[in-house]
Amino acid sequence: MKSIGKYFILLGSLFKNRESFKTYFKLTINECVLIGVNSIIIVVIVSTFMGAVTAVQTAYNLVSPLIPNNVIGLIVRDMTVLELAPTIMAIVFAGKVGSNIAGELGTMRITEQIDALEVMGINGASYLILPKILASVFMYPLLVIMAAFLSITGGYLAGIMTNIITEQEYIYGIRLDFNEYTVTFALIKSVVFAFLVSSISAYKGFFTRGGALEVGLASTSAVTNSVIAILLADYLLAQLLL
Amino acid sequence: MIEIKNIRKSFKGTEVIKGISGEFQQGKVNMIIGASGTGKSVLLKCIVGLVTPDEGNVIYRGRDFFNSEKDVQREIRQEIGMLFQGGALFDSMTVEKNVMFPLDVLTKMPSDEKLDRVNFCLKRVGLENVNTKMPSEISGGMKKRVGIARAIVNNSKFLFCDEPNSGLDPQTSILIDELIKEITYEYDITTVVVSHDMNSVVESGDYILFMYQGNKLWEGTKDDILQNDVPELQDFIFANHILRRLKEKA
Repeated sequence: MKSIGKYFILLGSLFKNRESFKTYFKLTINECVLIGVNSIIIVVIVSTFMGAVTAVQTAYNLVSPLIPNNVIGLIVRDMTVLELAPTIMAIVFAGKVGSNIAGELGTMRITEQIDALEVMGINGASYLILPKILASVFMYPLLVIMAAFLSITGGYLAGIMTNIITEQEYIYGIRLDFNEYTVTFALIKSVVFAFLVSSISAYKGFFTRGGALEVGLASTSAVTNSVIAILLADYLLAQLLL
Repeated sequence: MIEIKNIRKSFKGTEVIKGISGEFQQGKVNMIIGASGTGKSVLLKCIVGLVTPDEGNVIYRGRDFFNSEKDVQREIRQEIGMLFQGGALFDSMTVEKNVMFPLDVLTKMPSDEKLDRVNFCLKRVGLENVNTKMPSEISGGMKKRVGIARAIVNNSKFLFCDEPNSGLDPQTSILIDELIKEITYEYDITTVVVSHDMNSVVESGDYILFMYQGNKLWEGTKDDILQNDVPELQDFIFANHILRRLKEKA
């Protein structure tokens, strides 16, 4: 409970004693590159294979001749948009970006770089954390859109190359009974997950005490706590919004 | 001038600073000395506001830091420059960007003026042609110099140094001590140095505050520290075998 209270106090302190808008803008753009652009490769690899595996495994489970092949496309689409792209990518995002944020802030804390900022009269929390949260909330939904597109493409490529489905069947399947709200839902989830990963990781890093060992522990703890928060939020959002 | 009044600080029920008062004069090198774990760094962090004391006041030229409005605290902080034990340079920035940082964030100076000021400060601490180097590419002594340049770049009125000699060889230590002393006299700033290096103390200590187990046991100048009659201070000064033998011979 004490940690949760401290987490909310930290979030509140992000908006106190702030620097100029120009300063945040520049920092946020830098963070967008570090958090978003530098995550593209991992997103491309994971999402493409995720779609391909979903297509192949769905086909493997479709043993009844009464179920048409185009269901493979439909399942790949719905699984991707509703769950795989926003949630599984959030777990990957926590592993890559979350550990990076916690490690960076933890190292800055133990080497007194955060103290150096605060001695100058700069709100260390706001200066260091707010741009990371803004950049995550802005970039992660874009990564999710990309992941969804690539996952569906991965399913298409795997299906066509292994002859488990024809091109027409797959295209028909991904267009069948499409509910646009699932995309809105995925984007809402992506914003929530990005906020959780970046803020929890920043919290873990910002309050690191000790040495190199504690920085490692903070990074691990950032990832595990972020993953738990993602899964809880995933369930709550599904209950509330679907 | 900085005045500290009855500073007390406890951590988890253990009192680390037990009601310390003192005055750090402008244009002088004021030193807080004592053995490791005696509370020197905590006292320094209380003075600069990184740690809030449980009791007591820190008064910067008549402004009570902890009882001031946020704006006044920010104003005081902008007058403070601090050299940290490990330099605390920002890893992701070049030497030039590190020194320019306070000007970028705290002033609206034009870019060319900022660069001139950075180059002036780097030259003043004896560093040239290192602007594009990263902190990981320079030595410990150079990091301390860059830290000093960053601390004075914004025309600081108060300079705090936490163990400026730690991790340095004796020659580099002397150079850093000399630099701190010169800067203090040249710019007439109030300097507070935390140290346990007796060379620094006898070379630079215009005012010395000796701490022992969270208490102030002695205060004075470098000229009268060797004539003190405080057993704990005697033990601290003559902990070195060579100095002890010299004292016994004398």
